[in-house]
Amino acid sequence: MTGTEIARDRKAAVSVRSLSKTFGQGEYAITALDSVELDILENEFFTLLGPSGCGKTTLLRLIAGFELPTNGSISLQDQDITDKPPHRRPINTVFQNYALFPHMTVAENIGFGLRMLGRPTAEIKQTTERMLALVQLEAMAGRRTDQLSGGQQQRVALARALAPAPKVLLLDEPLAALDLKLRKSMQIELKSLQAETGITFVFVTHDQEEALTMSDRIAVMKSGKILQIGTPRDIYDRPTHRFVADFIGDINILEGTVEHTDGDLATVRLKDGTRVSAHLGTASARSGDVSVAIRPENVRLASTGETPTLTGILENIVYFGAATNLHLRLGTGEEMVIRNPGAVDEGRYQPGATIGAILQPELIRVLE
Amino acid sequence: MSGREPQSALAAAIEQNKRTERVTRAWLLAPALTIILAISILPLGITVVYSFLTPGTYGGVTWEFSTDSYVQFLFQRDIFDDTLVFNSAYVSIFLRSIGLALGATLGALILGFPTAYFIATKPREQRNIWLFLITLPFWTNLLIRTYAMLLIIRDEGIINIMLMKAGIISSPLTILYTDTAVFIGLIYSFLPFMVLPIYASLEKLDFSLVEAGYDLYANRLKVLFHVIVPLAKPGIVAGCILVFIPGLGAYITPELLGGGKKLMIGNMIAMQFGASRNWPFGSAAALILMALVILVLLLNALAARRGASNNG
Repeated sequence: MTGTEIARDRKAAVSVRSLSKTFGQGEYAITALDSVELDILENEFFTLLGPSGCGKTTLLRLIAGFELPTNGSISLQDQDITDKPPHRRPINTVFQNYALFPHMTVAENIGFGLRMLGRPTAEIKQTTERMLALVQLEAMAGRRTDQLSGGQQQRVALARALAPAPKVLLLDEPLAALDLKLRKSMQIELKSLQAETGITFVFVTHDQEEALTMSDRIAVMKSGKILQIGTPRDIYDRPTHRFVADFIGDINILEGTVEHTDGDLATVRLKDGTRVSAHLGTASARSGDVSVAIRPENVRLASTGETPTLTGILENIVYFGAATNLHLRLGTGEEMVIRNPGAVDEGRYQPGATIGAILQPELIRVLE
Repeated sequence: MSGREPQSALAAAIEQNKRTERVTRAWLLAPALTIILAISILPLGITVVYSFLTPGTYGGVTWEFSTDSYVQFLFQRDIFDDTLVFNSAYVSIFLRSIGLALGATLGALILGFPTAYFIATKPREQRNIWLFLITLPFWTNLLIRTYAMLLIIRDEGIINIMLMKAGIISSPLTILYTDTAVFIGLIYSFLPFMVLPIYASLEKLDFSLVEAGYDLYANRLKVLFHVIVPLAKPGIVAGCILVFIPGLGAYITPELLGGGKKLMIGNMIAMQFGASRNWPFGSAAALILMALVILVLLLNALAARRGASNNG
């Protein structure tokens, strides 16, 4: 099932249409977002993934209402909210630096949104207690926020943003400031919190692993554009762009020329004359020079007697417990990495040896 | 037990060391302490002593103990039967002064807060230019600036000429030599004292907190009063104190713009050392003013402590 198929049977929470944002004017103008089209579905954990400066935070700030778009529109559950100020959008944000109010206690921070909405005191108290329990901070209710650890502050920020029960929760790299171990446990906590509350989460990160583990769907962004939208498996197994393939995980990229196509399959002749068949997917390049990509774990060592797809000279062996990476220099002059589960026979696989590699044909992709 | 001897020897050595350090410190502090004593504590002492003496006929004091100066502040001694009758003249001058100083503080706050916010939200490299413009009037003597203000607000001044030319008024507004003039003059003189501390606390403000406020359904006004003002409170309090205290004891402004008709404390005290030739009463009035200021500061400190203990 691809990302677009999911979109057909569920309703969109946030719809973004030809959204552009330019900062500055004239020759100093910087285009942060360039005609972005996007549908984020109800109850979805959606991630905007990309390197810094790709426009993911700008997109988030536009959805929150902190910035106004130069062009295009944003709608929330089929209601146009493009010109609405942030305080009139039922959308809350978890800020990167948490932005907790230092002059309020933890409980006052969490109740702030409901207080501003003018809800009755009893309801505010009840919701605040429920939120404190949700993020396991009951004991901290009366503390000032500067007396909390980073992870606790993170939880307060989360509880504060969830308390008014927003339609959509925006999270701007909320885990960036935490150490690795805490980050891992918060990833799981966030994911289960999303499932529990059923609120649509829009999560911004530059960490591909974080995106893969947490998201229902991911949009990979670069230079103000969305390159690919899909489930983590779509993005990982079926990348459509060289940038996407390269940004997420390790990948072998080989140059070649399309000889002929047959439906989704293309026969590509590599530089050393080897022919491989690769999936075209949504790639527009159906002839001429293309790049084909395959993950290191989808290449295996040829056993004796097997005809290898490609051969190369072994240059390096990198062992890291669960797997071993074998770096080959192919006849084409390109490098290829084979990820072999577990260790390899060190007597047989020595630097300088000629090695045969078998590429699983169904996992070779043609990139844009 | 044997370990005790060397230990006490060590303690004695440490004690000796500390003593030397204390002596050195005292010598190093001596010049500064002497200056502080000479220019601050000594004159204050003289004022206290004078306030308990009897006025000399041609100014100065005669060395004869009396509490008359303090009595005079509240009561008038009947010339015939020596009974004390409550006299509100001086109290009302004090109340007027407090009223004017409070008004000027409020006015300076209303003008100064947006100004400080404006500067704090400018790009960093522009802020210094704006701050320079705020402090620029200080480069000119207060007396000269007050005269300039006099030229602006007098009957034939710029304001009245412009309003009359524009046909808004037919006869000049009388601003000069009224409380309004003193009020305007006080705000003008002390506005920078309000702007600078507020700017200092707004400059440190994390503006993502403002965004968080908007994000959590607060409109502009609510963000101002629930987020920005509480966080700028130290600056606001400092600014108010810095305007209120000199405003309370102002001399030049009420003298020139108020026409000396309606006195503020400062003018009243000056008068005692001049025309009235009652130095002890002037000293007593100055000390009462000082007591008032200390009271304000104490109340502020108390409120701050209570606020801190509430939060913690």
